[in-house]
Amino acid sequence: MIGEQSILPVIFMCLMGLALLVYVTLDGFDLGVGMLLPFGSEQEKDRMVAAIGPFWDANETWLVLGVGLLLIAFPKAHGIVLTSLYLPVTIMLLGLVLRGVAFDFRVKVHADNKQRWNRAFFAGSLIASVAQGWMLGSYITGFQQGWIYTAFSLLIALALPAAYLMLGACWLIIKSENELQQRAIRWAKWAWPLLVLGIFLISIATPLASATVAERWFRMPEFLSLLPIPLMTIATLIAARVILNSSRVKHKLRHLPFALIAIAMLWSAFGLAYSIFPYVIMDQMTIWQAASADDSLVFILWGTAITLPMIIGYTIFSYRVFTGKAQELQYG
Amino acid sequence: MDALLLARMQFALNISFHILFPTITIALAWVLLYFRWRWIRSRDEGWLKAYKLWTKVFALSFAIGVVSGIPMSFQFGTNWPGFMERAGNIAGPLLGYEVLTAFFLEASFLGIMLFGHNRVSERVHLFATAMVAIGTSFSAFWILSLNSWMQTPVGYEIVNGEFFVKDWWAIIFNPSFPYRLAHMMLASGLTVGFLMAGFSAYQLWRNVRTPATGKTLRTGLFIAAMLIPVQIFVGDLHGLNTLKHQPQKVAAMEGIWQTQTQAPLLLFAWPNEQTRSNDWAIGIPGGASFILKHDIDAEIRGLNEFKGEHPPVAPVFWGFRIMVGTGLLMLLVSWGGVWFLKRRQWQIGELPKLFLRVLMAMTFSGWLATLAGWYVTEIGRQPYLIHGLVKTADMAANIVPGKIVFSLTAYGLVYGFLLFAYVTVLMRLMLKAGERQSSEQDEPGSWSLSEVKS
Repeated sequence: MIGEQSILPVIFMCLMGLALLVYVTLDGFDLGVGMLLPFGSEQEKDRMVAAIGPFWDANETWLVLGVGLLLIAFPKAHGIVLTSLYLPVTIMLLGLVLRGVAFDFRVKVHADNKQRWNRAFFAGSLIASVAQGWMLGSYITGFQQGWIYTAFSLLIALALPAAYLMLGACWLIIKSENELQQRAIRWAKWAWPLLVLGIFLISIATPLASATVAERWFRMPEFLSLLPIPLMTIATLIAARVILNSSRVKHKLRHLPFALIAIAMLWSAFGLAYSIFPYVIMDQMTIWQAASADDSLVFILWGTAITLPMIIGYTIFSYRVFTGKAQELQYG
Repeated sequence: MDALLLARMQFALNISFHILFPTITIALAWVLLYFRWRWIRSRDEGWLKAYKLWTKVFALSFAIGVVSGIPMSFQFGTNWPGFMERAGNIAGPLLGYEVLTAFFLEASFLGIMLFGHNRVSERVHLFATAMVAIGTSFSAFWILSLNSWMQTPVGYEIVNGEFFVKDWWAIIFNPSFPYRLAHMMLASGLTVGFLMAGFSAYQLWRNVRTPATGKTLRTGLFIAAMLIPVQIFVGDLHGLNTLKHQPQKVAAMEGIWQTQTQAPLLLFAWPNEQTRSNDWAIGIPGGASFILKHDIDAEIRGLNEFKGEHPPVAPVFWGFRIMVGTGLLMLLVSWGGVWFLKRRQWQIGELPKLFLRVLMAMTFSGWLATLAGWYVTEIGRQPYLIHGLVKTADMAANIVPGKIVFSLTAYGLVYGFLLFAYVTVLMRLMLKAGERQSSEQDEPGSWSLSEVKS
């Protein structure tokens, strides 16, 4: 399929996919914790925010990288994608603004105002998550109009927050102890069916909404070679659910639910990538039609090759610095 | 209203709000590094207190800067899709390098700088603080490189209306870039200098004195006093550079309609686009020629040579006067302040109330000057988006006005509220620092979030 065409757009498609996957996993957990905030007690709220405090900012940067790569590598698609998504993008941004500042304001204001900023933090997280789901939904269908596409977008608008809730709960299992950890396990059990239902419905709805996708998945013999993707996703999700019942999830196995959900996200991302490739806008524009000039791509590829390992390096360093249970956040 | 005007208003609103915060964080990061270093060297509690208090200011400014900056990256696509389609080969990588070299660096090390106090060694912590400072400066580097390239485009070729790269080196270090970068970095330093002096004066005014107050006030005043002459010098160079590349912008700044020798320096005037002349003009004969070409007989090209190709005159003209006026006030206050302090043996307790009031009034003078300066440079390049090549009007998105009205209103409300909350919280932090001082004499530990919230 690639043939004579440049490999560069494919590389950038992969990089963009990677950035968005990392974004969904990392910012997913802190958005999820934000949505769980109202369910924690007063003291737990501080702990919950402390569990994401040192990370949320860097997590959100992956979104900027993802959109940045769209803009750098596929400038002709960038405009179409973002103008088609004008309203959900605006709403998502307002949500992100709200939660980003609420995070900082809530600790610097009077106690009576803190409640309000907590609510803003919750609302911002929820708004941003739902808007992102909506964006993903309309992106997959190539921004087509009609009730069926609206229904599909709506479905994903609810499914993505479910995934974030699950990631958030699993993150809290790692970072908290005692009562809060108990609750986090309950939250995870409660989010699990929502997540499974979401993935299930999307898997059915995507080929229904797009003939191209249906064609691609249900063609023999590809169907058989693709079968591991849904099977592995199901297996990973079930494994995560089983571990939540084990008492060892509190200590030894506390990282496992989060890791498994992250792997399930990875499988879903593979499935999605297979559905869409080589389009950057479904059925309308391929990555080669939308790509920047090769010279520009080479220039930024050098930069990416040098900086991305460094970014990954100090991201890991920063996560290691804050390893262990979330403590009271101390400025200084 | 039409979509173009609305798209412009929205972008202007977003950029105006956003730039307030990087203006603070770029220089404040270096000041924090300095505070931290002084603390390590001297073990004088005051430097640590200053570091901790202003770290909070930094964290808040940074958070608002980040969250208001993300809409910018999206609005390139939502409001000006034509720009990326045509200039994406150049603008894309420059913005990409900002994300790769700056965003991740500052965001990752900020976590350690803010909350890693008890988890890493002092050396690693100082390193993290330095990385945040370098990250914010890198960010300014790339953004200003792109902005400057749009004002003085070089190193490209146009094929079928699309820009292609010929020379990255020339593009990044384009002719106006060094001046713009220096001007902006100095503006940030001045903003932070007056912010620190102003808020310390506010503490004194409210009879709040911490070991940090004097140190912060003096540092702020010194920074301002040292930077303002440099800024005036760099501003002059920047003006000369603009005259060379964008003469119509300078003509608008000076309100010169007719090409003339001995062009006057207008102190007051009301530029009138209908009559293409100035009403109520009062000026110094030959002043503009002298400032711009260092020769009172030099010829300055007027706006009439650029009919239909020059910016709206009044906002550029007034923006320039507000910027320069604020700058001169900064010179007066900072030098006066240092002289004052010297006379009183550097004792801030001796400062007269009137001087404290002046400093308080000047707290946000850096914001005023920076915004005015940006309006001069950005409105001043109209009607072009890329100077002489691409017009702003041709790049706007074809969005239903109703959608933009919705987003414009929403952003306006949120930003207005955030600005109010930001200033209120800063004032509260300053007073809070004093309460802490009196109640916590014998416990010089770090401040935790739970303490601050009460």
